[in-house]
Amino acid sequence: MKRISLSAGGGGEESAQLIDKLFLKYFFNQILDSKEDAAVLSLEGKSAFTTDGYTVSPLEFSGGNIGKLSIAGTINDLAMMGAKAEYLSCAFMIEEGLEWEVLERIVASMANELSICGAKIVCGDTKVVPRRSVDRLFITTSGIGKIYLPNLSSKALEAGDAVLVSGDIGRHGCVIFAEREGLNMGTQFKSDCASLWPVVERLIDASIPIKAMRDATRGGLSAVLNEWAEASDVGIEIEETAIPVSAEVIGMCEMMGFDPYDLANEGTFVLAVPAQAQESALALLKAFSPHAACIGSVTDGKKGRVVLKTPWGSRRYLELPKGELLPRIC
Amino acid sequence: MSEFLKSLQDGFRNPKTIEAISNEIKTLSRNLNQTLRIMEVCGGHTHTIMKYGLTQLLPEQIEFVHGPGCPVCVIPKERIDQAIALAKMENSILVTLGDMIRVPGSNGSLAEARSSGYDVKAIYSPLDLLNIARENPDKKVIFFAVGFETTTPMSASIVLQAQKENLNNFYIHVNHVMVPPPMEMIMEGEQTDIHAFIAPSHVSVITGTQIYEPIAERYQVPIVISGFEPVDILEGIRMILNQHLKSQYKVEIQYSRVVKEAGNIRAKDMIERVFEKRESFRWRGLGNIERSGLTLRDEYASMDAEKVFAPYLVQNELYDHPSCICGSILKGAAKPFECAVFAKECTPASPMGSCMVSSEGSCNAYYRYGEWK
Repeated sequence: MKRISLSAGGGGEESAQLIDKLFLKYFFNQILDSKEDAAVLSLEGKSAFTTDGYTVSPLEFSGGNIGKLSIAGTINDLAMMGAKAEYLSCAFMIEEGLEWEVLERIVASMANELSICGAKIVCGDTKVVPRRSVDRLFITTSGIGKIYLPNLSSKALEAGDAVLVSGDIGRHGCVIFAEREGLNMGTQFKSDCASLWPVVERLIDASIPIKAMRDATRGGLSAVLNEWAEASDVGIEIEETAIPVSAEVIGMCEMMGFDPYDLANEGTFVLAVPAQAQESALALLKAFSPHAACIGSVTDGKKGRVVLKTPWGSRRYLELPKGELLPRIC
Repeated sequence: MSEFLKSLQDGFRNPKTIEAISNEIKTLSRNLNQTLRIMEVCGGHTHTIMKYGLTQLLPEQIEFVHGPGCPVCVIPKERIDQAIALAKMENSILVTLGDMIRVPGSNGSLAEARSSGYDVKAIYSPLDLLNIARENPDKKVIFFAVGFETTTPMSASIVLQAQKENLNNFYIHVNHVMVPPPMEMIMEGEQTDIHAFIAPSHVSVITGTQIYEPIAERYQVPIVISGFEPVDILEGIRMILNQHLKSQYKVEIQYSRVVKEAGNIRAKDMIERVFEKRESFRWRGLGNIERSGLTLRDEYASMDAEKVFAPYLVQNELYDHPSCICGSILKGAAKPFECAVFAKECTPASPMGSCMVSSEGSCNAYYRYGEWK
């Protein structure tokens, strides 16, 4: 089978081939292999549960693909709640004609990403739909896992807390834009797409008293900070020079009129900790990314607003990004 | 390339340089006997001023008045309706630049037409257009061309290339406008109180300085062409102050790293070959301004979407909601926060007027970066 045909979603022989030669081959585990109508799980303690649909064009990009994204994204949503992903479900919506080779690469990178935190895909579904019904491939994953650090909340921020980012921002959004528009950013420039559980686990093991964590996906850093300021009814002050941004992202933003703070990330998160835990948290983050940084603090002024301080002493509000990202005209 | 782009900007955002020029401006301003009202014509400058909080670094005697230089903001609703009508024709692909697709006409925007299934493409480089036309020989590929003198040469080169390749499926709906006519119109206004201009940067790369000279002379205003970085704008203000205090009224270039007195002669020749001035062009918010817009010369009439598809195009003049004060804002007579619907009914997600739509519009910049208080 070189391309996925409509019959592969029909439940017959071709469906079986797709499941056995691809999904079971890469995702194999006892629960999935039982091939019952539903997976039977044993959960203990408080668990977190999440779901997300993934659609990205192009399917494969520098630093990842839709498969890696669909696993890392769900692992990260759980990690941000202090939970370790254990069981995932996975649904594929495939446009007929998708190359087997492409699907196999995507599935292989999903398996690889699952192994990073030892999570399993325990149930799944496949639909093959006629041309133009979806854009090549959509993936939906759900995940459930035990909470190791309870009470994380975007409402928990208090004046005096430090705000940190786990790495340089804006790379995923920048890579996707560049690939869509055919801009050559160099082979070294990659999306930050990655599972965050390993770094979160280290923070939890070190008993860092984290108040809130959020991965800065769509809407970027601006969205996370604004949501926190509003949810906790506090002000957040950010030092513009402290925000880590790579030269490539700065260059692209300058050229296109974007703000790096609005661009999506897929493996970078923001966390708030009490001021006294700032140094130890930063030291741990830096073991994973040298660009991790403390970017500002929570204040009791300007409630619900995020204030950006420029290096020359002026200030402005950092607003929620609005509308579609479109390049400026001149 | 990106590393290079970053290195270009670093010196122009140096806090020490910014502080030094800001202090010089404060010292010079002590000699002012009234508020100096400076209009920055270009939306890119408005954006820089707000984004970098430059007003906070300037003395009270310096006031920025935001001008009409946002190419998306000045396109009237009926022309957006025309673009949508072109997109809805059978077998057509409507192509335009950047945030033009977000601007609402009388009944939705091009983005909404796209989500209803019509083929609308936003491209970042007009050169992609020719590829779209080559790859879709059975479709009518229509370019909704907007922009000041900065983008006009690109449109001209596309028209010339399409003619050379004999691309019979390529059409252009021309909305190119020029910077000096609205500047003159604003200065002719009865209540106008503008003492100096920061002239557009990239427009001037093409045009050179000559187009501003009659304005500096007739209205006795200093005009400085300045770059987009914080240091550029502050230097521009210092140059304006120096002229003003010496009662000089000339055109100066601060942005000398790219702007030359003569401009880009090849680009100007190309514009001249392809386009001619319209008798009049209606600007959103400003109304009709004589000889302020361009249209294709007759020899390219077969590519002119306004002529070829005339039966599809409604010509009625359409006005903004009466609460919207974009017209006054574009003339520099009002500030965004003086508008009753600003940040209430009118936001970047659902703009009522043009200044909120484009990232270069002044309402959008005020909304996005806020008036720091």
